[in-house]
Amino acid sequence: MKSNWWKWLCAGLLFYTLIAGLLLPVPRMPILHETIRNLYFHVPMWFGMMAMLGISLFYSIRFLARENPQDDIRANEAVNIGMVLGVLGLLTGMMWANFTWGSPWPDDPKLNGVAIGMLAYLAYSILRGSLTDESKRARISAVYNIFAFVMFMLFINVLPRMKDSLHPGNGGNPAFGSYDLDNTMRLVFYPAVIGWTLLAVWLWQLRVRTRRIREYVLEKTNE
Amino acid sequence: MQLTSQVVHLFRRELLLEQRQKYALAGILLYIAGTIFICKLSFREIHSPASWNALFWIILLFAAVNAISKSFGQESPGRMLYLYTICDPRALILAKIAYNALLMLVLAIIGLGIYLLLIGNPVQDFGQFTLVTILGSIGFSAVFSMISAIASKAGNNFTLMAILGFPVMLPMLLVVIRASKNAVDGLAWSVGGKYLLALLALNVILVVLSYLLFPYLWRD
Repeated sequence: MKSNWWKWLCAGLLFYTLIAGLLLPVPRMPILHETIRNLYFHVPMWFGMMAMLGISLFYSIRFLARENPQDDIRANEAVNIGMVLGVLGLLTGMMWANFTWGSPWPDDPKLNGVAIGMLAYLAYSILRGSLTDESKRARISAVYNIFAFVMFMLFINVLPRMKDSLHPGNGGNPAFGSYDLDNTMRLVFYPAVIGWTLLAVWLWQLRVRTRRIREYVLEKTNE
Repeated sequence: MQLTSQVVHLFRRELLLEQRQKYALAGILLYIAGTIFICKLSFREIHSPASWNALFWIILLFAAVNAISKSFGQESPGRMLYLYTICDPRALILAKIAYNALLMLVLAIIGLGIYLLLIGNPVQDFGQFTLVTILGSIGFSAVFSMISAIASKAGNNFTLMAILGFPVMLPMLLVVIRASKNAVDGLAWSVGGKYLLALLALNVILVVLSYLLFPYLWRD
């Protein structure tokens, strides 16, 4: 119980997000209407993905510093979970964009930025697949991970400034901050972000443990 | 400075290697000429400066992947081991980046000549365009030298070089295309200046990143 408190917190926050997110009143905005509730599900996916990619970067750097194979597993699994969240974020975003912007993939720098990020991390998986030697794979993929992360951050932070985005808060579109003057949306949004990010961490922890068990069993059967 | 003298020596070594296999350079030049000719015949005419500009950089992008993939690919394991014992890895990557930047610049200038001849010349501010080309060549070189080192460790296949390189290359490529579009349109330096600065900053980040990460890549 003691060390599991955050899992309970995660489940509680997500139940709260589902119920309050669908039932609490939301501001009436033209075009957006009820789709504004997507804020509780779409945006936290990006927070979760960024958290996972950040964790992955941290463990990649630590791997290069200490050469502990466990760090490589952690970095790799964080990328995998990040990609799952990225796909979910894209799907929820595309559904929403179809209703509000009239097309699932409008020419928007944020969308393109995420697509490039996904390409970079899929390439990371392919790079890992093409290397057979374990320590070599760990080191080379850690180097690529750091390289890709820096360029991805540049891509999503620098380039959207060069062009207006359709996203709220950019290019003359009002930010979400101006919608929730009554603060009810904020009341659901922040718990939702924390809840989904905790879920991502939980999934990641489970994946890392499964990998560890699998490797242990492999070692035992090889003996 | 030990590092500087090592970089100079390794740079000279790259030049010497290139001289010994002139066919490789000639091959890349022919590749560029062939690509431009294919574009000429496929497009017939390009009226919009934006398309002219984008096409030029895409041709250079593929030329860069081709030209730089051999950078580490041509080094035999024995030769790498020899280099490992006598020099600093950081000197090696800096020399490779410098040499590949020079190579890219030569390719870009010759490519531009052929491109202007075959497709036409909408460029209004040549000074600015040249500066963008120089900065772009350094950037292409920094990205692909590092990616070439990674790909050479993983069996060195061309597909891997492209899929690893393109997503990482994109921030650079988009800024280059934007900056050179300004030059083509002949916008004032005060307008295009911030893209040139962004390009310079990206180059510095890339070179520093390669300098820091390459030593980890090198050990086998």
